[in-house]
Amino acid sequence: MTVLNQSGKASSEASVIASLSMRHRWHVGEAIFWVCVVLALFALPSRYLLINEIAVLALFALSLDLVLGFAGIVSLGHAAFFGLGAYVAGLLTKQGMADPTLGLLSAAGAAALLGLATSFLVLRGSDLTRLMVTLGVGLVMGEIANQAAWLTGGADGLQGVAPGPILGMFSFDIFGRVASIYSVCVLFVLFLAARRIVNSPFGLSLLAIRDNPLRAAALGIPVSRRLVAAYTIGAGYAGVAGALLAQTTQFVSLDVFDFNRSADVLLVLIIGGTGYLYGGLVGAAAFRVLQDLIATITPQHWQFWIGLILVLLVLARRDRLAQLARRMVSPLLGRLGLAGLMRGGYPSGAQR
Amino acid sequence: MLTILYDGIAYGMLLFVLASGLAVTLGLMNFVNLAHGAFAMAGGYVTVILMSRLGMPFLATLPCAFLATAAIGLALERTLYFRLYTRSHLDQVLFSIGLVFMASSGVDYVMGSEQQIIKLPEFMQGRVDVLGVSIGIYRTFIILVCGVLVVALQLILSRTRFGSRLRAAVDDARVARGLGIDVNTIFAVTFAVGSGLAGLGGALGAEILGLDPTFPLKFMIYFLIVVTVGGTSSITGPFVASLILGIADVAGKYYVPSLGAFVIYSVMIVVLILRPQGLFARPR
Repeated sequence: MTVLNQSGKASSEASVIASLSMRHRWHVGEAIFWVCVVLALFALPSRYLLINEIAVLALFALSLDLVLGFAGIVSLGHAAFFGLGAYVAGLLTKQGMADPTLGLLSAAGAAALLGLATSFLVLRGSDLTRLMVTLGVGLVMGEIANQAAWLTGGADGLQGVAPGPILGMFSFDIFGRVASIYSVCVLFVLFLAARRIVNSPFGLSLLAIRDNPLRAAALGIPVSRRLVAAYTIGAGYAGVAGALLAQTTQFVSLDVFDFNRSADVLLVLIIGGTGYLYGGLVGAAAFRVLQDLIATITPQHWQFWIGLILVLLVLARRDRLAQLARRMVSPLLGRLGLAGLMRGGYPSGAQR
Repeated sequence: MLTILYDGIAYGMLLFVLASGLAVTLGLMNFVNLAHGAFAMAGGYVTVILMSRLGMPFLATLPCAFLATAAIGLALERTLYFRLYTRSHLDQVLFSIGLVFMASSGVDYVMGSEQQIIKLPEFMQGRVDVLGVSIGIYRTFIILVCGVLVVALQLILSRTRFGSRLRAAVDDARVARGLGIDVNTIFAVTFAVGSGLAGLGGALGAEILGLDPTFPLKFMIYFLIVVTVGGTSSITGPFVASLILGIADVAGKYYVPSLGAFVIYSVMIVVLILRPQGLFARPR
């Protein structure tokens, strides 16, 4: 967005405003994306469970994108919030408060509180300290869930989570039809909110912090407060994703806190690309399809292939890949009148 | 009581040998290598294979474990790792997690997922009573070996020409190059030795820590704790940190087993809040 090379001050101001409002506007490509999602929901009735899984994973990856792609915080323990959300929703349902919306809201609240509390730890120190603290928080949460077996069921998990009808109208059915529509709706609503957030002045200030915290601070952006806010929001999102998983699968087990879950969601986001919100969604679909594909070939060694993909992605320089994709896709989109689609932000590969 | 202390010291010494390579790559070279545990696992499996397939005695397999993992480390450093020294931490994290996943499931594929058992030679088994304290012979052996290694490492880093070159290369690679120091070779050798030490630690520790394909992930957090808590300015910081961690872990598991691994994670988080640069580092 190099718009400052215009001659007059007024015209440069106008073009800044224009380019900023470009970010808000909906583009045809985005509409097409969501139409495809809805079509998939109706065209693949035998795949409701898969769609539901993808929606939950996409929401989880979206929450990590807010933290990593926009605030630039590398987290290895994002499953802490996912797991907390899952257990909060699961336990509420088991205690008789079975309204799904209530479950989502309380899960979001609890996870956001945990995010707020731990964000102050994450602010301190270098990248490495952040890694360690996020990893440690994830492990501590897993350990708590493991030890508090009277509450969480320990290694057996929470079974028989039976949420009531959504909004008092739609009951969950055994085919997962309602569940998958519900998950996609929640994903869509939260995506709208995230889109609003990252395109607001607040979101732009996050991008500034991500790219250069020192300069952002010099511009008068309250760096710490913004990072705390972003981390809290991201945690709340992850909590909702966990709650969705608990409600739609009607089961919560200790593996919601697993380190592998934090690593998987990182991979999902990396596959899709960070910093433009759709990365988590595209990545989740690609990840699950890939998982199915590999599972049909070699069912046992899925993890090996995940590892290989990660290594290759890094060696192939994912930031350059993202630029390449952008360069190849944007003329195509431009011709279709969708030029703004790829403009949500810059890939965060340049962060140091 | 004293027995627990002694076991804790042995455990801590072992952790130090396992993590010392990481202390250099992560601490000094600022490379986030989460795959360090994979090298330790490789060392453990070298010992297992040599003992069970070729019937070598346990002691003779230890140098082999060191050399084999050092060779693997050298090969990986020259082919893959060196490309990533200048990349962002996120890239390094993704890359090394990928390596861990590949190593874990690769070993699972070749060796099976079960716990590997290492049969110690007769004279290393058992315990003796010294002044009323029950002391494991194998643990004494570990303490001796690791103690020698600690002293040797400290001397190499602080007294030899190689050590001063390494410190120079780490402080400012460009200036070091300008002074005619072959930075690439120094990093490669350091990385290889660090991997080799991890392999040796894995071989020594297979009996105490257990050895299965989940080893790299299970102990990743321990290694990282040693390095981050110990700080990165010297080798003594990580050494003290691993002793504390070893004693705390053994004592914690003995006295309050219900809390499990909770204690060490919490201690780590508290230390990192209070001293983000590590316990023994001077704030930069």
